[in-house]
Amino acid sequence: MENISGTNILDEVTQGDYKFGFYTDIENDTAPRGLTEDTIRFISAKKEEPEWMLAFRLKAFRHWLALKEPEWAHIHYPAINYQNIIYYAAPKRKEFASLDEIDPELLETFNKLGISLDEQKKLTGVAVDAVIDSVSVKTTFQDTLGKHGVIFCSFSEAVHNHPELIKKYMGSVVPYTDNYFAALNSAVFSDGSFCFIPKGVRCPLELSTYFRINAANTGQFERTLIVAEDSSYVSYMEGCTAPMRDENQLHAAIVEIVAMDNAEVKYSTVQNWYPGDKNGIGGVYNFVTKRGLCKGNSSKISWTQVETGSAITWKYPSCVLMGDNSIGEFYSVAVTNHYQQADTGTKMIHIGKNTRSTIISKGISAGKSNNSYRGLVKILPAASNSRNFSQCDSLLLGDKCGAHTFPYIQARNETSIVEHEATTSKISEDQLFYCKQRGIDTEKAIGLIVNGYAKEVLNKLPMEFAVEAQKLLAITLEGSVG
Amino acid sequence: MNNSPSVQEISLDEMLVNQFDAHFELVSANDIPSVTALRKLAMQQFLLTGFPTSSDEKWRHTEIEALTDESFNYFLEPYKSERDIEDMFRCEVHNFDTEIISMLNGWLLDKKSGFTTLPNGIVYGSLRYAWKHFPEIINQHYGKIADYQTNGFVSINTAMVQDGVFIYVPDGVEAEKTIQIIKMIDRRESLFVQSRNLIVLGKNSKLSLMHCDDSINHFMSLINTVTEVYVGENAHFELYKLQNLNDKSGLINSTFIRQEANSTIKTNTLTFNCGMIRNNISVDLRGENAHADVLGLYLMDKKQHIDNQVYISHNAPHCTSNEKFKGILDDEASAVFNGYIHVARNAQKTNAYQNNNNILLKPTATINTMPFLEIYADDVKCSHGATIGQLDQEAMFYLRSRGISSSNARLLLMYAFAADIINQISIEPLRKRIDDMVKKRLRGELSVCEKCVLHCGMPEKEYHFDIDLSKL
Repeated sequence: MENISGTNILDEVTQGDYKFGFYTDIENDTAPRGLTEDTIRFISAKKEEPEWMLAFRLKAFRHWLALKEPEWAHIHYPAINYQNIIYYAAPKRKEFASLDEIDPELLETFNKLGISLDEQKKLTGVAVDAVIDSVSVKTTFQDTLGKHGVIFCSFSEAVHNHPELIKKYMGSVVPYTDNYFAALNSAVFSDGSFCFIPKGVRCPLELSTYFRINAANTGQFERTLIVAEDSSYVSYMEGCTAPMRDENQLHAAIVEIVAMDNAEVKYSTVQNWYPGDKNGIGGVYNFVTKRGLCKGNSSKISWTQVETGSAITWKYPSCVLMGDNSIGEFYSVAVTNHYQQADTGTKMIHIGKNTRSTIISKGISAGKSNNSYRGLVKILPAASNSRNFSQCDSLLLGDKCGAHTFPYIQARNETSIVEHEATTSKISEDQLFYCKQRGIDTEKAIGLIVNGYAKEVLNKLPMEFAVEAQKLLAITLEGSVG
Repeated sequence: MNNSPSVQEISLDEMLVNQFDAHFELVSANDIPSVTALRKLAMQQFLLTGFPTSSDEKWRHTEIEALTDESFNYFLEPYKSERDIEDMFRCEVHNFDTEIISMLNGWLLDKKSGFTTLPNGIVYGSLRYAWKHFPEIINQHYGKIADYQTNGFVSINTAMVQDGVFIYVPDGVEAEKTIQIIKMIDRRESLFVQSRNLIVLGKNSKLSLMHCDDSINHFMSLINTVTEVYVGENAHFELYKLQNLNDKSGLINSTFIRQEANSTIKTNTLTFNCGMIRNNISVDLRGENAHADVLGLYLMDKKQHIDNQVYISHNAPHCTSNEKFKGILDDEASAVFNGYIHVARNAQKTNAYQNNNNILLKPTATINTMPFLEIYADDVKCSHGATIGQLDQEAMFYLRSRGISSSNARLLLMYAFAADIINQISIEPLRKRIDDMVKKRLRGELSVCEKCVLHCGMPEKEYHFDIDLSKL
C-alpha cells in the first residue's frame, strides 16, 4: 500500500489529461526544414564542430540514404516525411555562467517538471544535465564530479574537450550502419550527454538527464555515450517529457554504453513523451537505439525502463555480453492506453563465457492500444555455460486492446541454458472483488493491482524515479476502467 | 507415358510454370470448374511470389533455396514402380489393424480403383476421383481451409496438384480403424512430388489418421504436401504424422485444420529423419468450446534441419489449445520452432498454452525458437514457455553413481525427455511402436528402412535399454 504514494493519487488519476503539456516560449535557433547535406553542414557549423565530426555525420547521412525504413515491428503509422522536419532547434542563448542567467521560463519548465535545478542540487544530490530541444542547458554538480575525475557534460562539449574519448567510443556500440534510425541520428544528432567514469571510481551521485521536446515540428535527436572504465560504477537516469502538440514529433535517439572489466552501469529511464490524445491524434514517435557493450570481464549493464508515453515506441535496449562472466539485465514496464502502440523489448547477445542475462518485462495495455514485447536472446558458440532467464507478462485492461509477445531465442552452444516464459491475462475478478469488499474503489484497486504487478521492475528504479513512475502508471491508466 | 522434361538445367519454379502452361489439360483433367478456377488463381499468385526464400521473415532460418534451387523431375502421370508394390506395403503394426492407403511417388496406388466405402459409410480414396464424385463436398471445403496465398508452396500445390487422399466421415460415424496413409518415394532420380489431402469429418464423427512419409532409396526428393481438414461440430480427429525420409530429401508439409464448435483434435508430428523438413500447422478454432492439442517431437542429427511453424488462431470464445513441441538435436542439426497463438477480439475465455523444449547435445547444433503470442481479447489465459538446455547433470550423476554407463544414462534421460510426447499417443499399439522407434532412433539404429517406416522386417518384440532398472 505504501507504494501508492498517498491519497492524492485519485486526484491525479481523475485529472487525466497529459500533465506536462505546456509549451515554453523560448526563442529558438532553428535549422531550415528538411534534410540534405547542407542541413548537416548547418548543424555541424552551428555547433562549431571539428572536421572529423562533420565527416562522421556525412558518412552516416550517405548510408542512411541507402537504407529503407524498417517495417517488421507490430506498429502502424502514416509515413514520416523526413523532409518536413526541422532537424535542429536550440535555445538561443548558449553561455550560462550561473543559474540566474538561464531563461526564467526555462527554469519554470523544470519547476513544473519537479526538477528545479537549484532545489535538486541541495535536496536530492542528483546532478542534472538538462537537455531542452537537444541542447544541453546547464550541468550541475560539475565540481563534485570533477573531483572524482568523472566527466559528465553535454555531447558537444565533449567533442571539443575530450575528442580522443569521443573518437574512440562514439559508434563503437551502435555504429552508424546499425539501422535506419541510428543512421539518421548519427547524421543529424544535435546534442546529448557524455559521461566518463575513470578507473576504480564509484560515481558519488546518481547522474541524471532530462530530455524534453519543445519547439513544434522538431525532431529530437540526442545521443548519449557512457563509458565506465575498469571497476567503476555509475547509475544514470533519463527522464523524458514532451509538451502537447498535435503533429507527431519524431524522436530518434542513440544511447551507447561501454563497460570495461568489473565495471557496472545502471541505466534507468522514465519515458513520458506525449502519447497523443484520447482519439490517437498527435504524440511522439519514439524510435530509439539503446545498446550497452559489456566489453570487459565481469562487467554488468542493467537497463530499467518505465515506458508510459509516446504514440509509438520502438525501442530495444540491448546488452552485448562480450567479456567473460559479464551480466546483462533488462527490467521494463510498458504501459499503453488510448491509441498508443509500443513495440519494445531487448536483445541479449551472449558472446563471452559464463555470461548471464535476465529479462523481466511487464506489459500493460488498455484502451485501444497495442503493446508488444519483442526480444532476442542469442547464444553464440563461444558462450559456454551462459544462462538466460526471460519472463514477459502482459496484462490486458479492456477488450479493445492487444498484448503481444514475440521472443526470438537462438542458441548455438550446448552448455548454455535459456528459459523463457510468458503469460497474458487480465486483472482477476477475485483480486478486484477483494479490494472492493474492503472499500477500495475500482479505479484505485486497479492502480493497486497494477502497481503490485509492476513492482518487480519498479523496485529496480532509483528512489527518485520510483515515486514518479508509480504516479505515471496511475495517470496513464486513467479512464481505462471499463 | 513419362513426359519428363528434356531440359534438366532450368530452375524448379520455371520448370513447373512451363509444365502448367504446356500441359494444363492434363493437369486439370479430373477437375470440376471450381477446382480449375482455383488452379488459375493460385498460379497467378505463384507467378507473383515464387517459392519463398530465406530472406522472407517466415523462412529466415531455413535455407529453403538449397532445395528449390536444385533441379527435379516432375511427373504429370503415374508410372510403374520398379519394385513389387505388394511387397512394399505388406507391413503392419502388430496388434494394430489399419485401413491402408498407399501412395507411391505422389500417386495413389490404383489397386482399389478409386474409392473404398466402408460399411459404416466412411469413404476414402483418391482425390483425383473425388473432385468429380463429390462436388458438393469439394465445393464446400476444397481450397477453403488452405489459403493458396499462404506461401509459394501452397500456391503451386493448389495450382498443379493432381492426386492425394480424400476421406469423408459422415455425420455421427465413428471410424473403427485408424486410417493409415503411407507415402513412399522410390525413384532412381530426383523427384518433386506434390499431393493434396482433403479430410472432412461430419458432426459427431470420429477419425484417427496416421500419415507416414518415407523414402526408400537415397535419391533426393522434394515433397510438397497440403492437407485440409474440416472437423465438424462435436467431432474428434487425431492425426499422427511420422516423418522418416533420407538425409537428402526435403519435405514441405502444410496442414490446415478448421474446427467447429465442441470439436477436438490432436495432432502429433513425429520427425525421425529427413534432410530438411518444414511443417506448417495451422489450426482455425472457429466454433465455441473447441479444443486443439498440437504436439510434436523431433530427433535430428547430422546436418538435418527441421522447421516447425504452428499457427493457432482462436476465433471463437471458450476454446482451448495446447501446443507442445520437444526436440533433441545432435551433430550439426538445426531446428526452428515458431509457435503463434492468435486470439481474436471476440475469443473471450480462451485458454492457450504453448511450450517448446530443446536439448542440444553438441556445440554445433543450433536452435532458433520463437514462441509468439498475439492477443486482442482481454479475458484470456495465455502462456508460453521455451527452454534450451542440456541433459540434467544431477540426474546424470544419479544414474552414473548407480553403475549405469554414461552412454546408457544419456539414452535414458533423452528417452525420458521424449516420453512426454510419446505418452500422449492414445492408440496403444501405435504408442508402443513409436516408443520403440524413438529408442532405436536415440541409439542411432533407426535408419531409412529398406522396407518401410514400421520395420515390419524386424521381429516383433519390445525394445529395452540394457539397463538393470532394479538398481535405480
